[in-house]
Amino acid sequence: MELTMIYYLIPSLIMFCCGVYGFITRRNMIAILISLELMLNAVDINFVVFNRFLFPGEMEGMFFTLFAIGLAAAETALAIAIIINVFRVSNSIDVRDVNKMKH
Amino acid sequence: MESVGSIIVYTIITLAIVVCSVLAVTTRKILRAATYLLFALFATAALYFKLDYEFLGAVQIAVYAGGIVVLFVFSILLTSQPGDNSAKLASKKRALGFIGALSMLLVAGYSLVSRASFLTATASGDNPVMKEIGTALMGTGHGEYLLPFEAISVLLLACIIGGVVIARKR
Repeated sequence: MELTMIYYLIPSLIMFCCGVYGFITRRNMIAILISLELMLNAVDINFVVFNRFLFPGEMEGMFFTLFAIGLAAAETALAIAIIINVFRVSNSIDVRDVNKMKH
Repeated sequence: MESVGSIIVYTIITLAIVVCSVLAVTTRKILRAATYLLFALFATAALYFKLDYEFLGAVQIAVYAGGIVVLFVFSILLTSQPGDNSAKLASKKRALGFIGALSMLLVAGYSLVSRASFLTATASGDNPVMKEIGTALMGTGHGEYLLPFEAISVLLLACIIGGVVIARKR
């Protein structure tokens, strides 16, 4: 058995679809953020796999993943700051309760 | 031809990725979801190590597993009581999400599998050494990344300031 690209792309696809499912169905804001991390991570796997299998010797995919990890860290830190602030204002992090800006 | 050990390692990593990511979005305890996310990220790091990107695997463990998951756990402990479940989902919404994710999985999976005969490339090339990575990160020539590196550093600074401004007590 030869481990070709498809053997790495399928788990990453499953991971991405799990992220989509969680993003649609979850109500807790932190759980939504966790689903988002799953999706980002699946995309990172794809970049690395394409780099390794199609362009060995280059480093573009690896650097894209490196910068994506840095961006994900920044985005998560900021999102969690916002979530904690929302919790302080409305005492809940359920997305259905966050409607104060409407009124 | 892959060695048997390589296939066994691949199977373990893939099983860990699939099981942990499914559990991370279906479990009803939010702290457990964060723990399953941690294991999924560890499995991803193992995948990077298996593909010979050692620096990337180390970054994945240090930034994701070490930084982001700790942030998640702290914010979960700040915002919810340990042990309370999230409310049961309305079955309509769950069905909607399930259909959306499953249809995406089927369409993308079919288009991948139907082209499997073209994707015959095998893993080749070896681990980029640390010196190459450092030169490529700090150079300004073709295929070198000083400008994005600096942009990321400005972004992180803006993120620090934003985090302090947003989360500060008034």
